[in-house]
Amino acid sequence: MNNGRLVVGHNLRKVDGVKLVTGRPAFTDDIQLPGLLYGKILPSPHAHARIRRIDTRKAAALPGVHAVLTYQNVPRVPHTTAGQAWPEPSPYDTFLLDSKVRFVGDRVAAVAAESRSIAEHALRLIEVDYEILPAVLEIEDAMAPGAPVIHDEPDATKIYDASRNIAGHIHREIGNVDEAFREAEYIFERQFRTHRQQHCMLEPHITICWPDPDGRLVIRSSTQVPFHCRRQVAMILQIPAGRIHVIKPRIGGGFGGKQEMLLEDICGALALAARRPVKMEYTREEEFYMARSRHPQILNLKMGVKRDGTVIATHMKVKASTGAYGSHSTTVQGNTGSKVLPLFRAQHLRFECDVVYTNTPVAGAFRGYGCPQGFFAQETLVDEICNELNIDPVAFHQKNVIRLGDLDRLSAQLGEGKEGLPRVIRSCGLPECMEKAAAAIDWKRKRAARPQAGYRKRGVGMACTMQGSGIAGIDWASAFLKMNDDGSFCLQTGASDVGAGADTVLSQIAAETLGVTLDRIIITSGDTDTTPFDVGAYASSTTIISGGAVKKAAERVRGQVLAMAAKMLDVPAENLDCGHNEVFSTTNPERRVSIGEVALQALYKEKTQIMDGASHFNTDSPPPFCATFAEVEVDTQTGQVRVLHLATAVDPGVAINPMQAEGQVEGAVTQGLGYALTEDLVLDDAGRPMNANLLDYKIFSAKDMPRLTTILVTTNEPLGPYGAKSVSEVPINGPAPAIANAIFHAVGVRLRKLPIRPEDVLRALREKEKEQEVVTA
Amino acid sequence: MKTIELRLTVNGQPKQWAIAPGAILLDVLRREGYFGVKRGCETGECGACSILLNGKSVNSCLMFAAQAEGCEILTVEGLAEGERLHPLQEAFLDHGAVQCGFCTGGMLLGAKALLDRQPHPSEDEVREALAGHFCRCTGYQKPVDAVLAVGKRRSHPRRNGKETTR
Repeated sequence: MNNGRLVVGHNLRKVDGVKLVTGRPAFTDDIQLPGLLYGKILPSPHAHARIRRIDTRKAAALPGVHAVLTYQNVPRVPHTTAGQAWPEPSPYDTFLLDSKVRFVGDRVAAVAAESRSIAEHALRLIEVDYEILPAVLEIEDAMAPGAPVIHDEPDATKIYDASRNIAGHIHREIGNVDEAFREAEYIFERQFRTHRQQHCMLEPHITICWPDPDGRLVIRSSTQVPFHCRRQVAMILQIPAGRIHVIKPRIGGGFGGKQEMLLEDICGALALAARRPVKMEYTREEEFYMARSRHPQILNLKMGVKRDGTVIATHMKVKASTGAYGSHSTTVQGNTGSKVLPLFRAQHLRFECDVVYTNTPVAGAFRGYGCPQGFFAQETLVDEICNELNIDPVAFHQKNVIRLGDLDRLSAQLGEGKEGLPRVIRSCGLPECMEKAAAAIDWKRKRAARPQAGYRKRGVGMACTMQGSGIAGIDWASAFLKMNDDGSFCLQTGASDVGAGADTVLSQIAAETLGVTLDRIIITSGDTDTTPFDVGAYASSTTIISGGAVKKAAERVRGQVLAMAAKMLDVPAENLDCGHNEVFSTTNPERRVSIGEVALQALYKEKTQIMDGASHFNTDSPPPFCATFAEVEVDTQTGQVRVLHLATAVDPGVAINPMQAEGQVEGAVTQGLGYALTEDLVLDDAGRPMNANLLDYKIFSAKDMPRLTTILVTTNEPLGPYGAKSVSEVPINGPAPAIANAIFHAVGVRLRKLPIRPEDVLRALREKEKEQEVVTA
Repeated sequence: MKTIELRLTVNGQPKQWAIAPGAILLDVLRREGYFGVKRGCETGECGACSILLNGKSVNSCLMFAAQAEGCEILTVEGLAEGERLHPLQEAFLDHGAVQCGFCTGGMLLGAKALLDRQPHPSEDEVREALAGHFCRCTGYQKPVDAVLAVGKRRSHPRRNGKETTR
């Protein structure tokens, strides 16, 4: 499995593990600053309103209040909060504070005070006179002629058609879809609906900002994107980026929710206004509706197939709600097409999409990034096709899925907000993923199961999915390494470990390349002053892109180490190798020197700092593949669906740390289970959240979990460091369609709306009974 | 502001703190530098602020600090003995049960409370004990494996990470 490698491919402990299990101060909030103020946002109580008048005098006069901000005393700079590479493909439709509010929870004003209770008191003293505007909460309503216009401000840019509430529009086609449908022997067409899922990272968004003694603004923040955050805050607050220092400490989970510049701008503005440190954090309730969520979508999917099950054409039409602002709007939805449709080898693909503004909480990046919605539709429709044509879904997939050497032409059409780059499949373990996961769930036997007695029925279903590894041609990273006296190395990387283990994986790549043990690597990451640039933790890019930069930098440093040792050993560098913290001759193993001796020689005799850095990007985004198999039990009296077993096989290329990679799979499928069955942020008819807490918004606990089987299928990706691709996003896509398909296998009803609630199952069962009664009558 | 005096034992050390009468235990512990006690929801739903109070796992966000008068508190900072990690901490590291680490402190204490009353728990008992500790990263498989491994007082055999089946 590890090919004789000493560090890569081994289940090593997390490099930051000890401080996490001992509870040492590591997270954003784990510091105490003298004079710290507490910042708080006044959220809009209305889904759509104009601020006629706002009076902050009483709040400002309250003892202990040090700053009060409204749209009247901050710069007005249109921007996006999406933490994306410049120039961001998301519309610039957001303002630090505005005279209009566009969803319940939108910013009205902000205060900084000496305590949380004073801040909350101050918010209550702010008098606001709202002109309440008609609100639109549903996608169809927002697109209807005459609908209220959510972004009527003249200075927003990059909105596709503000007058029709359309943030972004996509229309791409390869081949000739209409002609292909005419040739198809069967055409299947269905509509699917998906909902609003929230990240629920255990650590809510939190930022602490302060002016440092040199007058620079320090931003200590729970972010996935420190460098984008620095650039965006500089633009919004109109100060040079060099006057801002962003520090990313340990992060308590992100899942895309922290790929947003969400509190840093307003917290920075308060700190500069008050000239004191300010902390802002979302409460759990605020996290639900003032942070971000997954885009709800309505998907119309049409597939044309031949009698033998060959897919020849797919047409997907998506309408999505981005909420009040267009953060990640076209890019998430673009992925719904570009990463989903090419799973099958059909040569005729069309993807159409409108991303619509609604007066609802803002959608954004969320693990899977558009793929969970797309794969739910595609893999559920495929199961229906298999059922109609009497083909085993595994056989159908084995016949149709993209394979080694294939060229995915849709990717060339559909990049991140613009044209992309073609994708060539250089590694593909999907057939093996299907075989292994099918065996784990005993697919053949359970699929062929006879009718069951009793009111609890069991069934099995499956789905295949893929993702990417970084954004081709856009995501890039850099890394720097320097050698210390004892033969340890400081690794500086802009990559942002958000809890998924990037620091460990990147350290393993450096240690492997340098021939040292993992304890010799001291990593600093995600600090805009002390580490080189990295786009951040998103798009499944860190292992392949940041890891690629680390490997390159380490190879250069290794060259310097070997050159130094060559002098010391009087052996040509090309005859030297390193491992186990030593440099040794490959021709005469007697000749060896410890890495520590090399360091001392370099630093004190040769007076040379062994050090180097490197930058890295890819022009392709190798997909990891995943097969998900679910066994469910449906209670036909209550509609309750219980998942009994979820088997997931993933091809991540080479897993740098298999134990961590498994953990990523298990975490992803658990969020996928919630997406399929229980998680939905519900709004009332005024756009107010109904279940903004962890009791009424149900995420899976240890007790709720089904049996999990996790299988890693190793392939070797030529574009990845040591053959690695990515792992943490792709498994989230499978549970919803696999469960929906298992439900059909169990009780014969199709669920095309997420989440699949007991009442939906029960209703579908009753409708099916009625239909049967009609047939018999 | 009016304060009252709170006397209690934290991680074996006697403490005497001035607190506001209505202060929440979570806030006071963090104020006193016990940063391992995490603020995840403040409404007793997530378990990230869990501590052991006289040996029982409680959410410190749901208690007034004054209610801890005379009590013995264990936070995650008190779990290791000096540099020597508690077996649960070792097992969490060896099993990959820690991802972001935000829920880890509370989960370790919940697991300790379980093992203190039931040294050899079944998997169902472990899951029951961890049910009050939400984790959004791991899917619970590895934390459960880690606790079971300590319960069995032997290391959990692994097939080089290739496959884990519950």
